[in-house]
Amino acid sequence: MNTPKYYVPARSHWPIFGAVAVFLTLFSMASIIHESSQGSVGTGSVVLAVISGFLMLYMLFGWFGEVVNEGLRGLNSDQLKRSFRFSMGWFIFSEVMFFAAFFGALFYARMFAVPWLGGEGAKGEANMLWEGFTAHWPLLTTPDMNTYPGAMGVIDAWKLPFINTVLLIISSVTLTFAHHSLRAQNKAATLKWIALTLALGVAFMCVQIYEYGHAMNDLNLTLNSGIYGSTFFMLTGFHGAHVTLGAIMIFVMYWRVKNDHFTPDDHFGFEAAAWYWHFVDVVWLLLFTFVYVF
Amino acid sequence: MSHAIESADHHHGPDKGFLRWVYTTNHKDIGTMYLLLALGSLLIGGTMAFVIRAELFQPGLQLVDPNFFNQMTTMHGLIMVFGAIMPAFVGLANWLVPMMIGAPDMALPRINNWSFWLLPFAFGMLLCTLFMDGGAPNFGWTFYAPLSTSYAPPSVTFFIFSVHIMGISSIMGAVNVIVTIFNMRAPGMTFMKMPLFVWTWLITAFLLIAVMPVLAGVVTMMLMDIHFGTSFFDAAGGGDPVLFQHVFWFFGHPEVYIMILPAFGIVSHIISTFSRKPLFGYTSMVWATASIAVLSFIVWAHHMFTVGLPLVGELFFMYSTMLIAVPTGVKVFNWVTTMFRGSMTFETPMLFAIAFVVLFTIGGLSGLMLAIAPADFQYHDTYFVVAHFHYVLVPGALFSILAGVYYWLPKWCGRMYSETLGKWHFWLSFIGVNITFFPMHFVGLAGMPRRIPDYALQFADFNAIVSVGAFIFGLSQLIFVYNLWRTTIGGKGEQATDKVWDEPDGLEWDIPSPAPYHSFQEPPQVK
Repeated sequence: MNTPKYYVPARSHWPIFGAVAVFLTLFSMASIIHESSQGSVGTGSVVLAVISGFLMLYMLFGWFGEVVNEGLRGLNSDQLKRSFRFSMGWFIFSEVMFFAAFFGALFYARMFAVPWLGGEGAKGEANMLWEGFTAHWPLLTTPDMNTYPGAMGVIDAWKLPFINTVLLIISSVTLTFAHHSLRAQNKAATLKWIALTLALGVAFMCVQIYEYGHAMNDLNLTLNSGIYGSTFFMLTGFHGAHVTLGAIMIFVMYWRVKNDHFTPDDHFGFEAAAWYWHFVDVVWLLLFTFVYVF
Repeated sequence: MSHAIESADHHHGPDKGFLRWVYTTNHKDIGTMYLLLALGSLLIGGTMAFVIRAELFQPGLQLVDPNFFNQMTTMHGLIMVFGAIMPAFVGLANWLVPMMIGAPDMALPRINNWSFWLLPFAFGMLLCTLFMDGGAPNFGWTFYAPLSTSYAPPSVTFFIFSVHIMGISSIMGAVNVIVTIFNMRAPGMTFMKMPLFVWTWLITAFLLIAVMPVLAGVVTMMLMDIHFGTSFFDAAGGGDPVLFQHVFWFFGHPEVYIMILPAFGIVSHIISTFSRKPLFGYTSMVWATASIAVLSFIVWAHHMFTVGLPLVGELFFMYSTMLIAVPTGVKVFNWVTTMFRGSMTFETPMLFAIAFVVLFTIGGLSGLMLAIAPADFQYHDTYFVVAHFHYVLVPGALFSILAGVYYWLPKWCGRMYSETLGKWHFWLSFIGVNITFFPMHFVGLAGMPRRIPDYALQFADFNAIVSVGAFIFGLSQLIFVYNLWRTTIGGKGEQATDKVWDEPDGLEWDIPSPAPYHSFQEPPQVK
């Protein structure tokens, strides 16, 4: 395909399949949430959710599989490969902005909302709403303890979260070693380093789940604990979801390396997964700094 | 799909039948579908505006109950913003960006089709809320907490997920546009040779990728507050309803420019063509567009002057907002200077473009009034604000879309539209739009609040006039629909030449009319 002619794609059934799958997934999720708030969840919604989950999986496997096969058959031009690289970069930028919204909420609560409620700062008259409330962070005693019962404590940054920080940083390093091995065409070493990265990622998630259990059971720190619990669980929760997604990507890369999908100078799938993993790592460093330490 | 790429070596036309549209990866097919979706949304949202204006024709409650009135204002706003204006611009980008930069198609054709087909589902879900228990969302298109959380109708959950689907679609569409522009330009098409529509869309796409995830974030916080016990927007837990407004407008203000920057590009092309002069100040247009985009991230709280911001905040957002008048002024100056001593003719696209310059400037100036924090205390939440943003969105964004459709339609379908009907459409729209929105300034300054189904008697005369104007404007769009139908499906109108107009500038005019299914099989050379 090294002609100067342009790549012109033909029709594909995956987009409409994907649109239906995304719609059914989100619609069934909305139905379940809606019905549970109204009393009882209908069987129909649950069945639909299961079916749409399988549709999503089928679509992801099918569509990605097709793209992988096209790549393996050497059908992708250099221009198309560049398009893939750009797209992944901009997609990660959109993820950065998604986290930015929640970090923004955290900073706003800490810097403005809570101090104002406690009578400090430019809008301290807000204290008239909840007289007697004093501002503090982490916010363990909420203005209305009946609705939002607060928490007894917060996670100590220098115990489990610190271990997790070390785990994730090491996993970024091992992934880079895997990349070097891939370029050196050392398949055994590549697989070893990828497996180690994956193990570190899974260990991170296990620690995180254990930490959630500790927070909820021992410290009474939940989503319902007020703004500290809200920002804590939303930020770490979305981060955990992204770690899970990144780990799935890395698992796929293990499988693809094993099946000799990559060459030393053409392995964008691996690089995309690595970019994503490093992005998740950087988000964690911000989380560790602003959610746990300070 | 593997057979797909092999067939790249020989020309292939569109498939036959309905599946052509479902399976397509062609930027022109997808562009057409976006534009038709936008037209459908325009008519649905317009019908809701008819309900609003019919209720407001007289003081007192006549036709609908207040809750349904609120649903109409909410859905009208959401459908016009997310269903009409944004998809219309994406449709134009799909049609035009590849042709303008000499590319065969968009960079990611399959993703492109996915982005489109998500939208009918998203709007289907949104419209379904009208028939749910408790009715559709009734908290205004800005869905401020706690109206949209503690006091929301149960259908809010479906609203949240429909916003998520729209967000996925917009982000993927925007990534596609950016990658196409960065990576698919024909040899010799340097950045500073790109047509302005391409430039404005490049910057728009950047804004979309930056802020649509923030919208996803804010509706997620709403979902968590409503169903999972968090307290982002509840002061009882240490949160703040004002936080909602900050996050929303951090999305919302760039969103405003997402809806106007492509319009700047379209109008620049049209004014240059029908003045028979190159655009005055191309470079300054590019820089002004970029400056507006950068500034859009630091002005959001001017929507919130009355909510109780610290004085420092009021001052900062007041001055930063006023700064936007500078690059916008540069643009208006450039358009006027392009027309200056030009050999002008006034075909329908040019009429809409000139109306855009004049009426958008009125909207810009009322925006400058609203930017003054102490003055805004008087204007806030009145019909003055309604007048302001309708002036920038209707004779602004919508007129530019209409102008663009008239301008490029002969290239798309190979036939000229009816100029007579086009002129009728323009003049009735122009008169209708001003009768509708100009008096709103007066009732707003006199204190009539927005989003209320009833009003004090002293506003009755102006409101009756406004409603009449709205009906004129709304019905005159049917002329446009007929003209479109007549030219495309009806097959009427004379054959368009390849250039269509008198020596327009741009690669899209070098290919035949109608544009072949794949515009460029090989990269054109750009001098």
